[in-house]
Amino acid sequence: MTSNVIIANLGYLVSISCFIVGIKRLSRVRTARSANVLAASAMLIAVASQLIELETVDYRYVVAGVIVGASIGAVLAFKVAMTAMPQLVAVFNGFGGAASLLVGLSLFAAIQERGTLAEVMIGSTSGLGTGLTLLLSIVIGAVTFSGSILAYLKLSDRYGSVFGKSILLPQRHLITLSLFALSLGLCAALLMFLANPVVSTFAIICVALFALLLGVAVVLPIGGADMPVVVSLLNSYSGLAASATGFALNSPVLIVSGALVGASGLILTQIMCKGMNRSLANVMIGGFGGESAEGAGSGDASAYTNVKSSDVEESALTFESARDVIIVPGYGLAVAQGQSAVAEFASHLKGLGVRVRYAIHPVAGRMPGHMNVLLAESNIPYDELFEMDEINSDFRSSDIVLVVGANDVVNPAAKTDPSSPLYGMPILNVDQAPIVYVIKRSLSPGFAGVKNELFDLDNCRMIFGDAKKVLEELSVHLDLAKAA
Amino acid sequence: MTAEILIGLYVFVLSVFVGFELINKVSPTLHTPLMSGSNAISGVTILGALACVNAESSFANVLGACAIALATINVVGGFLVTDRMLRMFKK
Repeated sequence: MTSNVIIANLGYLVSISCFIVGIKRLSRVRTARSANVLAASAMLIAVASQLIELETVDYRYVVAGVIVGASIGAVLAFKVAMTAMPQLVAVFNGFGGAASLLVGLSLFAAIQERGTLAEVMIGSTSGLGTGLTLLLSIVIGAVTFSGSILAYLKLSDRYGSVFGKSILLPQRHLITLSLFALSLGLCAALLMFLANPVVSTFAIICVALFALLLGVAVVLPIGGADMPVVVSLLNSYSGLAASATGFALNSPVLIVSGALVGASGLILTQIMCKGMNRSLANVMIGGFGGESAEGAGSGDASAYTNVKSSDVEESALTFESARDVIIVPGYGLAVAQGQSAVAEFASHLKGLGVRVRYAIHPVAGRMPGHMNVLLAESNIPYDELFEMDEINSDFRSSDIVLVVGANDVVNPAAKTDPSSPLYGMPILNVDQAPIVYVIKRSLSPGFAGVKNELFDLDNCRMIFGDAKKVLEELSVHLDLAKAA
Repeated sequence: MTAEILIGLYVFVLSVFVGFELINKVSPTLHTPLMSGSNAISGVTILGALACVNAESSFANVLGACAIALATINVVGGFLVTDRMLRMFKK
């Protein structure tokens, strides 16, 4: 072992430790920002160590790649709107997957220079292991790449109308399974039988292509409401792809950090699934939200019998006399760009001595924790944001609950109606509050496509209109009341 | 192969357990920054990409350079956007 290799390995060890400490400190708001810097420094140390270990690197390629990548990454990071964060994370995931795919292909091309893959691999057992892990890196990388790009298309405003719904191909399970079998089967064939360089090159390109198609086939049937699960899952895949590359290169940093990311993605996926009361398998099979209009009360306006609407002035009067208000924001608030309007309204309430809290459902927004970021952007302090379990017992004792842009997550049918597609989903118990105001454009249903029983309850009043406009008008009325 | 891959497997499995322990305690407020931050960490594939640009074949080198660019987008963009988000969280 040369001194360079020893120095590099010590560097890897430092960088792995920093990654672990970084992720740990990312779990508290106070330490999170420095933790992110720590993780970034760990990455720098890892890159430097790798360059020390490699010794002979063609720096022209390195510098070109880094300059191009860093400028694109920086521009994307600074320009993205917070509402578009899920799309950005999906795209970044995709790039990570694509990098693993290209690393696999490049290593394969390098091996081909020295002989065919089969000769190199079967010639020594170590070659067989490298080959297997290399193929795994190609397959996982390709699935992550194409799946993430499709997820991006589904989430984006521009292409969402085309790809956003759950798209169900005929025989889709058969297609998915055969793509899976083809990519794995070809892998095995490549490893065992092929000694001809042309054939094995052709085969590895097919493996990559089938894996790319597999990524598309897996994400295609998943509907818009389920995208938070998919983005988390693809995040996990991008970690696994890095781990697989780590096995191929026998690099512990890649294995460890890939595994950490894989685990974090899995946990977030599980949290999202729990928040929707669905199993991962159920989400992956897809079709939810696209075809569930039948069954327990479809969501059109005629299904309602006891809707009471209230105008802004009357509602403002009620808010003035309240002591304790809980606001339930949903993604609809972000669609109406009403985050600052809600912050403004809340500050008026606080000016009147009202206690204001926000109740955040785990699947509010379009990725885990998305709503918290959107509210933080509007300068709402994070200690006013409460997660479902913390605040669910407080609705009963509050004076008013204001629901803005949320729908399925406050539908009491999830607790009471076993025939509802929402049944069993954990919801915010806003129906227990003395008065519930719902700001909504119309009585149209949410993602699940079902009637919201909340709107028919005696304690619920609808304020029809655009969320941003209604909130601004409410603020004006509160302002007048304060002046008077 | 066997020794190296087996040790790799040990490392992998143990790291997964460490990951579960670390992330289980993260407050929901920070789930999005956690995700974009861990996303940036998954750009560690850049190390693999660096190992690709010292091959004799220029085709392999070009593939490696593309991999470096993609992984760098992931790393630089991921850490920067995470910082941008974390700056917004105020008490």
